[in-house]
Order: sequence, then C-alpha cells, then structure tokens
Amino acid sequence: MVSFRDVVAVLGTFPALAGVTLDVEAGEIVLLQGPNGAGKTTLLRTCAGLLPVVRGTARILEFDLAADRDVVRRHVGLLGHQNGLYVDLTVRDNVRFWGATAGASHDEIVAAMVRLDVHDRLVDVPVRKLSAGQRRRTALACLVARRARLWLLDEPHAGLDAASRDELDRILRQAAASGATVIVASHELERATSLATRVVEVVAGQVRET
Amino acid sequence: MTTFDPTGTESVPVTSAPAPHDSYRVGTGTRATRVLGLFTIVSMGWLVVFGLGFSPADRDQDEAVRILYVHVPTIWLAYLAFVVTAIASALYLFPKAHSLGWDRLAGASAEIGVAFVAVTLVVGALWGRLTWGVFWQWDARLTLTALLFVSYIGYLAVRRLGGTHEQRARRSAVLGLLIVLEIPLLHFSVKLWRSLHQGSTLTDPSGDVKMDGLMLFSLFVGVIAFTLLYVWLVLHRTRAMAMEDLLDDRQLDSALEARRAEARIDAAPESAPEPAPEVGTEDR
Amino acid sequence: MSVWKITWLIALKDLRIERRSRVITDQVLPFAGVTMLIFAFALDADSVLERVAPGLIWLATMFSLLVLVQRAFSIETDDGALDAMRVAGVDARAIYLGKSLSLAVQLLVLEVILLGAAIVLYAQTVPLDGVVLLVVTLLTATCGLASVGTLYGGLAAGIRGRETLLPLLTLPAVAPVLIGATRAVEAALGTAGAVVSDGWPWVGLLAVFAVAFGVGGTLAFGPLIDE
Repeated sequence: MVSFRDVVAVLGTFPALAGVTLDVEAGEIVLLQGPNGAGKTTLLRTCAGLLPVVRGTARILEFDLAADRDVVRRHVGLLGHQNGLYVDLTVRDNVRFWGATAGASHDEIVAAMVRLDVHDRLVDVPVRKLSAGQRRRTALACLVARRARLWLLDEPHAGLDAASRDELDRILRQAAASGATVIVASHELERATSLATRVVEVVAGQVRET
Repeated sequence: MTTFDPTGTESVPVTSAPAPHDSYRVGTGTRATRVLGLFTIVSMGWLVVFGLGFSPADRDQDEAVRILYVHVPTIWLAYLAFVVTAIASALYLFPKAHSLGWDRLAGASAEIGVAFVAVTLVVGALWGRLTWGVFWQWDARLTLTALLFVSYIGYLAVRRLGGTHEQRARRSAVLGLLIVLEIPLLHFSVKLWRSLHQGSTLTDPSGDVKMDGLMLFSLFVGVIAFTLLYVWLVLHRTRAMAMEDLLDDRQLDSALEARRAEARIDAAPESAPEPAPEVGTEDR
Repeated sequence: MSVWKITWLIALKDLRIERRSRVITDQVLPFAGVTMLIFAFALDADSVLERVAPGLIWLATMFSLLVLVQRAFSIETDDGALDAMRVAGVDARAIYLGKSLSLAVQLLVLEVILLGAAIVLYAQTVPLDGVVLLVVTLLTATCGLASVGTLYGGLAAGIRGRETLLPLLTLPAVAPVLIGATRAVEAALGTAGAVVSDGWPWVGLLAVFAVAFGVGGTLAFGPLIDE
C-alpha cells in the first residue's frame, strides 16, 4: 500500500523528511512515534499527497506520488492537527458537506455521526461552540463518512475522553479489518499495544523500525 | 528532482554553462558571452555616435528626438522579453519533462523585461516633458505600458514566494500564461477607452514621429544594440539563476547531512533541541 | 460525483456560512458604504461627484472585492479546510467554480447596495431605457470580478506574507472591468451625455473578459493552490 524509498520532503528549506524508507501493507495499523520535530506530521502529509516528494520514490496504493499526487488524494483520508471544519457551520452541516463531497449516502453520514456520538445534543451546534474534543469527534465523523483506503491520523486521541478513545480504536481496527491501511502518529505509548500491529519510530526525518 | 547538470545538457536553449575546468574562477561568463558583450559595447558605441552625432535634429522636436533612439528600442525589447517569458512558461508547463531551464529563462527574461519597461517609462517621461510639456499622458499606449509593468512586477513577486524549484516553476508558468491572457483584454479595453475619449489636446504620442534617412538608421542601430544587450543579460541571468538553484540543492544536501547526523547522535530520544520548525504549525 | 454537483455544494456551503456568521452583512457592506462617504470628503465638489459617480461605484466594488476574497479564503484556512478539501481529492475546478459562484452572489448584493448609495449620495437617477443595460452590466462585470478574485485569492491564501499579493495581482487584472463597467454604467445612467447604445460594446468586452477568466481560472486554480 505504502512504499517509500529514501524520500525527502522539505518545509521551506528544511528537510523535514531526510530519507524515509518505509513499507506498509494493506490491513496494517502502523503507529508512528518520535519526538516533536521528528517529521511525523510531514510524513503523514506527504502520504496524503499534500507535500511534494523532492527526492526518492514514493508509491501510495498503485500511484506514484511524484506523478499522481492529486489522484492519490481521493483514496486517502487525513486527520491533521487542524480539524478541517467550518467553524460557523453546525456539526450536521459539516459532516453532511464532507460526506457529500466524498459521495457518501445520507445513511452513511448519519451512521458516522452516531458512531462518534455527535448525533444527539451536538448535531445542530455551530462548531465554534464545541470543545476541542467534540470538534475532534466531528472531524473524525467526517473522516469515517469518507471510507478512505488509507487513513492518516495525526494525534487523533488528543483531547478525547477515555470512552471516545476506545471507540476510535474500534473504528480504526474495523477499517483495517476491511482492508484499509491505517497510519497513526501518536505520543501515547499505551496505544502501541492496544491498537497498532506495528510501531515505527520517526527520528530526525528518518524512520526506524522498533 | 532538482539535480543540476553542470555540463549543460539540461535543455536551456542557449549556450551551455561554464565547463567544469573553469571552476577555479566560477562565473557566468563564457567565450560566447564575452564575444557577445564585445559586440554589444561596439553597437552601443555606434548608437552613441549616430544618435548623438551624425543624425540630425528633428524639425519639430529638436534634439529631443534623440531620446527616441533609446526609448523605442527599450519598449520593443521589453515586448520581446515578455513574449520569451510566455513561450518559456509554456515550454516548461506543457511537456512532461518540465525542464527547469525553461522556467529560469522565463524568470530571467521577465526580470530584464521589467527593467526595460522601467527605462522606457522614465525615458519616455523625459521625452514627453521636452516635447509635449508633460511627463505623462493617458493615451492607450502609455496606459497599457504602465499596466504591463505592474502585471509583471506581480509575476516577479510570485516567483519569489519560495518553495522547491518545481513549485516555483509551476506557479510562475501558470501565472505567466495568465498574464498572456490578460494582455489582449487590457489592450482592447484601453484602446477602446482612449479612442472614445475626446479630451486629448496633445499631439501624436511617440512612434508616429516621421523618420527617414539617418534618423531611421540610428533607430535601427539602437534596436540592434539593445537586442544584443538583452541577449547578453538573459544569458548571464539565466546562468546565475542556475547557479542559485544549484546552491539551493547543495544547501539541501548539507541540511540533509546535518539532519541525518542528528539521528545517529540520537541514541536516546530528545537530546539536543532540534532546529526544526514546530511540527503542526505548518502554514495552511 | 460530477464537478457541477460539487460546485453547487461548495457554493451553498459558502453562502450558508455567510448566513450564519453574517460577516459580510455586518462588516463588508458597511465598509463599502463608508468608502462611498469618504469619496465625498476627498472629492468635495457636488458636480464632480455626480460626474464620476459610476466610477466611484466600481472603485468601491474593487476595494470591497479584495476584502470579500480574503474572507472567502480565510474560512478555508482557519481550520485547514482547504487542505482537507485537497486531501479529500475534491476536484480543484469544483472548488474554484463553487467559490466563484458564491463570491459572485455576494458581489451582486454589494453592487446593488452601492448603486443605491450612489443614487442617494451622488444624486444619480436611473432612466427607464437604461435599466436593461444596467442589469446586464452588473451581471457580466460581477462574473469577471469573481473569476479573477477567486483565482488570485486561492494563490494568496493562508501562508503568511502572501495575503498582500492579492491586491497586486488582482487590480491590474481587473482593470478592463473597471474601464468597461464604468463606461457602461455611465451610458445606462446618461452621465455626461452618454446614451444607452454607447454601453453595449463595453458589455461585450465584459462578457469576453468573464468567459476568458472563467475558463482560464478553472484551469489555473488547481496548479496555483497546490504546494
């Protein structure tokens, strides 16, 4: 699914990824760990096709990132540091919009909202009035409604309570079981055992298996 | 991929960069440009001699007509420069190869074009002051020239937005072609505007001056001289840009080295503070 | 999902955001009104104001365009929504067309209000035979402005040090609209002896402009917003 060979990606002039070699198979749940500034976020964004590959070769699914960056994006779901929500719109509006642009049906969208527990009291609340954890759940509902083949999540557990974290893990395991690939960047060591099939360390722009 | 080929086999459509054995004195000059430079100086000399000396003063404009020997060539060359930018932008964008040499040519030509337009406007203002009594006039040609100037300043600003060379090249090429779209629209709207405007009480703007004999010849010499100057400038600037790009690549190489060294030193996590920007505070 | 369906979704989304947040009705429209006032302070003479009123309407529109475009893209970059749309693989052409459409609607409302302000503040009258010309001018000019604004707005969005690019790129590009729309409105209102038939060639120019930038923008938007 994901095949990187000596990939270099830059932020301005800084080589955030300094030669990443990584292979991930379908159905895996890979946990990225590493200190701040190591390049976890950049790696996820590069997998999402947001950043160009300056050196090396990168294949996501059957696409070459150098040539087909924009095509790759359709099959990928990214939950970055920001939530990608429209703060003036309600939860319902947001999830509907993101689901509709991904071609999800009304039922799938509702199911996603129910799953993330944003369907009851919160559904008609404008996002700007929600707490950080509630926004995260809304963003996750948008991601779930899309049913991507490659899930990329950057610190998804941050701000969620224990019940939501467990639900998130269940969602990710289900996605992997149905053939999707999941890559999660997280500082939380306990999740390594409970969720991931594999842990990978990102240090100074490169990747080390642990 | 941004690897620089010092032997010049990258498809830059002009003479190649200095050969490797010149590295002890690296510059953008080669034998070809020195010869060209010589011709340029000689033709500039001819321009001075004919423009200031042999050619006669005009019936109506007196000596002021001599300014035209500079003013007219500079605007023609500016047009040429911008046409080159447009073509080079297309040659970068459309073929699959996306050769950066075309992007550098587009950028260099635009820079020189903007410089020439600036000279045109300043020199033209001086000529206008001497002949019409005013520095500026809102006729079609001047207005269009001013708009052209501003448009390409915008193009140059976008070129300097940063990012990888490919990002810069793509953005600039697209913008270059958009400006090509804008120009006819500007041209027609300004022309239509000024043809309906009855207010002008001044005589015909430059270029409609009748010239013959030595005056025409001097103008011709001016065009030749400035064309040679343009080519000389473009060659040097393109090569300088290639070197700047090469320097960027080298800096990336050393930055990569430094970053990889961090990983080797980092036997235990989080030793020295990294010089990295905070993950998660990337723009957009 | 067809490009048009997504265009529609995005346009509706933008308009829905405006309905909820009311930023344009609360801030931008008043700003446009204020510019009409301060023109009077700068230009002093009533006769001058009456003569140049059509031009002032379009000048105020141009300045408001810049503010509207920045608002249109700040809702995207606030929480990384534009990135999210790119990652979601939403067709860049749909993003462009959708945002242009919503921008055009907002501009139209703005222009109508500015016209009203000119009627009140600068003693303008709209003769009956000029109404059709006026309406068509507003529509074609708006399409052109929305096309250019969205295109360069996308390029200038988000990254620090880029927002100031927007005026520099946009204003020269929309100069034809300023020229053409002002002349057409002068013809529609009968300013300085202009007749309605004078205005139609200008509308032709505006239409060509709108089509040229509509097509050009649709093609260029994707490459310009990409990193």
